[in-house]
Amino acid sequence: MNNLPQQVSNPKIGIVNYGAGNIFSLKAALDRLTLPYGMINQAQDFDNYTHIIIPGVGHAGAAMQKLIDTGLLPSIKALSKPVLGICVGMQLITNYSEEGNSEMTGIIPIKTLRFNTQISKKVPHIGWNNVSINPNNKLFAQIANETYFYFVHSYFIEFNTNFTIASCNYGNIFAAAIQKNNFYGVQFHPEKSGEAGEKLLQNFAHI
Amino acid sequence: MLSKRIIPCLDVKDGRTVKGVNFVDLRDAGDPVELAWQYSQQGADELVFLDITATVENRKTTIEMCKAVAQQINIPFTIGGGISSVHDAEALLNAGADKISINSAAVRNPQLINDLAAAFGVQFVVLAVDTKHLPGGDFVHLNGGRIATQLQTQHWITQAEQRGAGEILLTSMDKDGTKSGFDNVLLTQINQLISIPIIASGGAGNAQHFVDVFEKSNVDAALAASVFHYGEILIPDLKAMLKLKGIEVRI
Repeated sequence: MNNLPQQVSNPKIGIVNYGAGNIFSLKAALDRLTLPYGMINQAQDFDNYTHIIIPGVGHAGAAMQKLIDTGLLPSIKALSKPVLGICVGMQLITNYSEEGNSEMTGIIPIKTLRFNTQISKKVPHIGWNNVSINPNNKLFAQIANETYFYFVHSYFIEFNTNFTIASCNYGNIFAAAIQKNNFYGVQFHPEKSGEAGEKLLQNFAHI
Repeated sequence: MLSKRIIPCLDVKDGRTVKGVNFVDLRDAGDPVELAWQYSQQGADELVFLDITATVENRKTTIEMCKAVAQQINIPFTIGGGISSVHDAEALLNAGADKISINSAAVRNPQLINDLAAAFGVQFVVLAVDTKHLPGGDFVHLNGGRIATQLQTQHWITQAEQRGAGEILLTSMDKDGTKSGFDNVLLTQINQLISIPIIASGGAGNAQHFVDVFEKSNVDAALAASVFHYGEILIPDLKAMLKLKGIEVRI
């Protein structure tokens, strides 16, 4: 999209450490890609990194509360470095989640909704789903349209033409990936999505 | 569309895979990491490791194995066997397991399903059910089918869904080892009862059996062990055949 920051040749990824879910697999994927990373525990830690990942598994409302409790939220909102929210970490950068009727950070003005079991049949949405990709987005550089990624979630982010950069169809069409300026989010787990997921993490590290 | 998943299952004892596996170019057939890597390269969508370790001390070895797999493999995996508490499950979660499967411990203490779902989310909790057809209906069995319970399979699975199981791994003990195909009748019936994903297990003998199970019962995933380990079915060939039949697979 527009106004992308300059490519960074020596990325160093900061993982926001707020206690929502396990990050072993994410760290393992970054190790495999030999991408240096560290943990962000307090506001000044953001200065040590070029790229920021917000991970997250579990209940979005509970995750939001944990993020607020860390006191890191004002710094996150003020970031101009590339930020990637993964799964619940992506839902946190929206306005609102139906999970626990919870207010989110409001970084991207869209909503996180629950799958309707009448339409989508099986919830959670677990497994590999193909994704329709906006071909011009750097996050998906050299990743073929309709590539499969691994999803595990019961709530989804609404499709929105302004912010959706990849979409997925599971009964209804929802946002598999979103972007607003330097903030990105992916609903799937790149760290579990085979080579395509690793490519995406690499792309992010070089935005 | 969400693709149908193909899942090889590996038995693990004291951190080593057991049962014969004869990939041609395998350096160490007992190394779960190397096997997992091979399967991920072949296009397996997910892996299940079934821990048959006997002693508590050796469970630590399983946790080390779990870490090694998570470090090296870029697809999801489930660890089952010997998990009887939230504490056991947490150790595996922290070692990188994407899901855990519970079986007899949940039969003995159904509250375990609720507790695990509350602690880690339903997506982490796979309920494995071994079922056998008896004159009075389908009944849950324990210890690899040796011990019958009074639990009616359909009843147990619906109860488990309500308690917070995120997925069902259903093994037909009538079909297991027969290589005569999956139990499509039972799988169809169970699949209509619940709204969480089902992994079919037991009976895979050839590629057509996978076509049948997806076409007839519309399950979400199919699991097998020996046909994959002995190279009787190669995952790329299987997926090509499924795709040819119009079944959604990740290639």
